[in-house]
Formats: sequence, structure tokens, C-alpha cells
Amino acid sequence: MANLKDLRVRIRSVKSTQKITSAMKMVAASRLRRAQEAAEAARPYGVRMERMLASLAGSIPAGSGGPKLLAGTGKDKVHLLIVATSDRGLAGGFNATILRDARRYIRELESQGKTVKLLTIGRKGRDGLRRDYARLIINSVTELGRPRLSFLDAKSVGDQVTALFEAGEFDVCTLIYNKFKSAISQIVTRQQLVPFPVPVGVVAVEPVPHAPGAPAAVYEFEPDESEILEELLPRNLAIQLFTALLENVASEQGARMTAMDNATRNAGEMIDRLTITYNRTRQAVITKELIEIISGADAL
Amino acid sequence: MAEPRADKVQFELVSPEKLLLSEPVDMVVVPGGEGNFGVLIGHAPLISTVRPGVIDVYEGTKITERIFVAGGFAEVTPERCTVLADEAMPLSDLDKASIDGELRGFEGTAATLRDQVARTSGSEHDEAAAELVAIEKRIAVCNAKLQALSQGAAH
Repeated sequence: MANLKDLRVRIRSVKSTQKITSAMKMVAASRLRRAQEAAEAARPYGVRMERMLASLAGSIPAGSGGPKLLAGTGKDKVHLLIVATSDRGLAGGFNATILRDARRYIRELESQGKTVKLLTIGRKGRDGLRRDYARLIINSVTELGRPRLSFLDAKSVGDQVTALFEAGEFDVCTLIYNKFKSAISQIVTRQQLVPFPVPVGVVAVEPVPHAPGAPAAVYEFEPDESEILEELLPRNLAIQLFTALLENVASEQGARMTAMDNATRNAGEMIDRLTITYNRTRQAVITKELIEIISGADAL
Repeated sequence: MAEPRADKVQFELVSPEKLLLSEPVDMVVVPGGEGNFGVLIGHAPLISTVRPGVIDVYEGTKITERIFVAGGFAEVTPERCTVLADEAMPLSDLDKASIDGELRGFEGTAATLRDQVARTSGSEHDEAAAELVAIEKRIAVCNAKLQALSQGAAH
């Protein structure tokens, strides 16, 4: 049985661990709130962008296909995978689930004879994939958007992707990230960015209220459709990345909060157990000493 | 809104980070890619690019708000005008001295880059050229800011 000194040291160390985990939980909770607000605030832009894209894509004459970012290159030989993870660990299964899905997807694509290229965002993604797939990683971005993720951060990645696409480096681009559902539940999501799947079912133009029964209005374009699309699509790519990364940040903080909450509770249980052992041991020591004294006195 | 007001156009200004403005107004003048256009209620549906410049919001015949945008897109429907801006700020927040400083910095960088583009070749050349394009865009934004300021002073 451990002696008293050992137990005391052990209890003290678990207590200080508990202090750290509970502090981390608080920090994650406040960051989570901020991240959620940021994700919420970024939503209107994305919604309006989609509405515009839908009406633009609808007015592109069929057959011409439109810009390649929308229509694709016509092949799906080379896949670019953007794996978005966090820079810091201690976030429960947050990074592990993303990496597991990424590995599964890479294997799936490779078994179909496709070429895979990787772009990792976040240190954990780079470190996790470097061992098995170092040959596939073409670039990795770390410490993106510290302390706050801004649109420019997402845009810099988006520009990289656009440049790679224009250089013919890949045909299809998919982003893997954690969609935020709640603090205890995040969903690994694969989202195709290039060619961009045009949202269907988005109402582009509401009918004019002044003229009931009139056919839905058709947009004029200034300059023409293709030129606007040419500018809009790279922007849309950056926006999609931006919203996904914001979700990812919220998920990371949520996962960390839950993980740290569990850790704090586990530490509490451990302290209770150790304290009981400590008290029992102390009692046993006292009893033993008493017995020794009494039997010593009896022997006289 | 239970009942849309018939004589006002709903103006929305959105940046990637948040919804900046959403209010019914009499008229907005947007610096379109091919010239300024005013939007009143019942405007024909239109999608346009936006160049760096100033958006004027009108109540009656008075300008109530002047907002600088660094480019983006505008979507107009008969009852709504949505501007997706890259960067937006009230004109009164622009400060000539700091823009001048920024502009000088960019121009210095642009000069070095131009030099680099001329000297190097291959991937290095392409990188420098791409950076140069980005810097030139920022210079254009700065110039548009300065222009907006000088016009604002004349008003």
C-alpha cells in the first residue's frame, strides 16, 4: 500500500490538473460563444451569395458550361483535399474524427485510381497526415486566423486554391471539416468546393408584388454574366471556406469544452478516491501505532 | 415586416463578417462596375459588380449616409438592394493621413515587386507578378478612398 506521503503528493498533483482543466473549460466556453456569434454573423453574406449564384448559374446558356470553377474541368482524376483541423490539441475527438475521415476518403479515392493532393489547415492536420501521406501534402497552413479568424485569412487560402485550379493542378476540390451542431456534437462534413454545386431550390427572384401573376423577373447583368461569374466564383470559394472555418473554430471550442468538462469531473472522482485511500491509510497507521504501544506496554 | 412599405427600397449592406446595414431607404446610389446607378423602388432586377467608391443613401433628396466600399457585388430586385461588400466603412471614418501613409507603403512594395518581376523568371517571377497584382488592387482602393474624401469635402 502506498504510504501517506505518496498519497499526499498524488492528491496535490491531481488537484492542480483539475484546476487547469476547469480553467481551460471556462476559456473554451467563452471562446465558443464568440465563435458562434461570428459564425452567425457571417451567415447573411453566404445566403445572399448563394442566391446570386443560383440566379447567375440559371441564366448561363446551357451547353456553354460557364466558367470552370462552376462547371468543372470535365475530369475527376486529381482530387484536392483540404483538411481543416485546429492548431491546438486537448479538444477531445475533434481532430481525430476529421483525420479518420480524411484517411478513409484518401484510401477510397486511391483505390479508385485517383490522384490525391492534400492541403492541410491547422497544425494537428499536418502532423497527423504527415506520417502516412507526406508525399501527398502540397501545402499546409498553420496558425491561421489567430487570435480571430477574419475573412482575409480565409481569402488567402481561397486564393491559393483558385491559383492551383487555374494552373490545372486538380479537378475536384473537397473540404473536410467539423460542422458545429452543439457543444457536445460536431459532425464531420465533406463539402465539395470545386466544381461548385449550385444550390437548387433557392428562389432567385420573388415575384414582383405590384404585378401579381407576372412572370418572375429576369436579372440584367452589368457587365455580362460570365464576367460577373468570373469574379464571383473565387469570392464564393473564399466565402465557403470562411464559413466552414468559422464552424470549425466553433466546433473546436465546443469539443474542447466538453473534453475539459469530462476531465474536470474525472479529476474530481480521482481526488475523492485518493482521499478515501489516504484517510484509510492514515487510520491504519494510527491503529497500528496504538497496537504497538499497547502490546509494548503489555509486554512489560 | 408584416407589410412592406410600398415607397421604400430595402437596402442591405453585407460584409463577409457581418450584416452591416438593413433598412428601408428612399434611394441608394451604388458605384457599379460600369458606372454609378441609383436604385429606387421598382428598379429592374440587376446584378452588377461594385468598384471601390462611395455608396450614398438618400432620404428624400438628402444624403443621410455615405459609406465607402472597397468593391464587391450588388443585387437589385424591385423591392430590395443588396450590396455584398469586401470592406465597408462610413466615409467619416476615413482618415487622409493614415491612407496616405498606407499608400506610400504599398507603392514602395509595388516598386520592389516590379523590379523583381523584371529581373526574375520562372516560379519566382509568377509569384512576384501575382503579389504585384494584389498590391496594385490595394493601391487602387487607397486612391478611391482619397478620391472619395476629396469629393466628400467638396459636398
